[in-house]
Amino acid sequence: MKGKEKKIKITPIEHGTVIDHIKKGQAMKVLRILDLVDREIDSIVSMAMNVNSSKGKKDIVKVEGKELKNEEFDKISLISPNATVNIIRDYDVVEKHRVELPDRAKGIVKCKNNNCITNQREPVDTEFEVIGEEPVRLKCIYCKREMIGEEISKNVI
Amino acid sequence: MNSEFKKDHVVAIDDFTVEEIKKILDLAEDMVPVAEGKEINTEFEGKILATLFFEPSTRTRLSFEAAMKRMGGRCIGFARPGTSSAKKGETLADTIRVAAGYADIIVLRHPQEGAAQLASTFSNVPVINAGDGAGHHPTQTLLDLFTIRKEKGDISNNHIGIAGDLKYGRTVHSLTKALSMFGTEMTFISPPSLKMPEEITDMLKRKGIEFHEVDRIEDKLDDLDLLYMTRIQRERFPSEEDYQKVAKSYLLEKKMLENSKDDLKVMHPLPRVDEIDADVDETPKAKYFQQAANGVPTRMALLKLVQGV
Repeated sequence: MKGKEKKIKITPIEHGTVIDHIKKGQAMKVLRILDLVDREIDSIVSMAMNVNSSKGKKDIVKVEGKELKNEEFDKISLISPNATVNIIRDYDVVEKHRVELPDRAKGIVKCKNNNCITNQREPVDTEFEVIGEEPVRLKCIYCKREMIGEEISKNVI
Repeated sequence: MNSEFKKDHVVAIDDFTVEEIKKILDLAEDMVPVAEGKEINTEFEGKILATLFFEPSTRTRLSFEAAMKRMGGRCIGFARPGTSSAKKGETLADTIRVAAGYADIIVLRHPQEGAAQLASTFSNVPVINAGDGAGHHPTQTLLDLFTIRKEKGDISNNHIGIAGDLKYGRTVHSLTKALSMFGTEMTFISPPSLKMPEEITDMLKRKGIEFHEVDRIEDKLDDLDLLYMTRIQRERFPSEEDYQKVAKSYLLEKKMLENSKDDLKVMHPLPRVDEIDADVDETPKAKYFQQAANGVPTRMALLKLVQGV
């Protein structure tokens, strides 16, 4: 029984989305990026952090009963470029995607520049151009400051 | 004016190509007689310019207003945030939407970076950035380029020294970017604590632009074709003593110019405080007051550019 428990630490889901290979420690931010924290949703959302894998530690997020779309999950690439997304139907993986960097990131990250107009009480979402991939680099379309790697995950809205 | 060459807004110098910059400078050259009051121009008759200055600025505001009035237009606006509804807590977005209902063009100076970009998205009339925090000041850069071309006949084939606070100075950042578009050789002269940010020197390296970095004005002065001086601000230093030490070493005096090139020109965006001695003013090398005057034809060209006239 003990051995079985170990194996099913991460239970399979019947239908929905499994986001795997999330950079260690970023699962909560992935939930925030996907707007799964405050929004009223029917899905059961579960999260595993610090999971052992062949490539070291990782986080995993599962969203039951909901198939995420590319434009939703690609946002994850901003903080975890190696994440993979599995769409599950009847316990089978029917689609497998790698997250891809979008051209722009709107309303996901706050500008690190405190004096940027988007950090004032103005009726606009933040917006960044994605200008680099490894590491991810963003450029604020308002103040033109650049953000890189850790700065981005620290500033997830 | 060629209607194909029209900009909806003027936010940053990076939004222009070299060809567009040259066209603006040509147009500014054509406007010099109007700017000097020697030629009557009524192209902007019936038009209103709103100058919204959330931060004080004498030269920028006055030269925009002079430019508009010399072309027959009128101006409305405010020169301090205390006299605007921002004081009552209005967002910039709302102030802009309201002003766009009153005026044909908006000129904006604001303490926050990105303000002009934001304003441009809420305005249905052209917005011209007259400085946003530590961000951009494209009209200053264009008048600087206009002055360089006028004084040296060309922008590219010069060795230009840029001295002062290179770390925080938005004017020098914009100017450096613009000069890099023309392939101009540059020397950066600053105290070690106020050096040009790596973001900019990396950009120059990527573009293959020749540049040098030195601590003292005298180190390269004799090689320069043009020296662009800027102010070192007191508030950048931990103590008055530290400031005084640096300020003294960044004072340009007439005697230092003895071995400089005959046709060296000295520019400064003004206001100057301690960095250029008054004895330099009388030399033919001093071009900073002419530079300030060049703000008028340059801003006329920009008003024409956004209005499409």
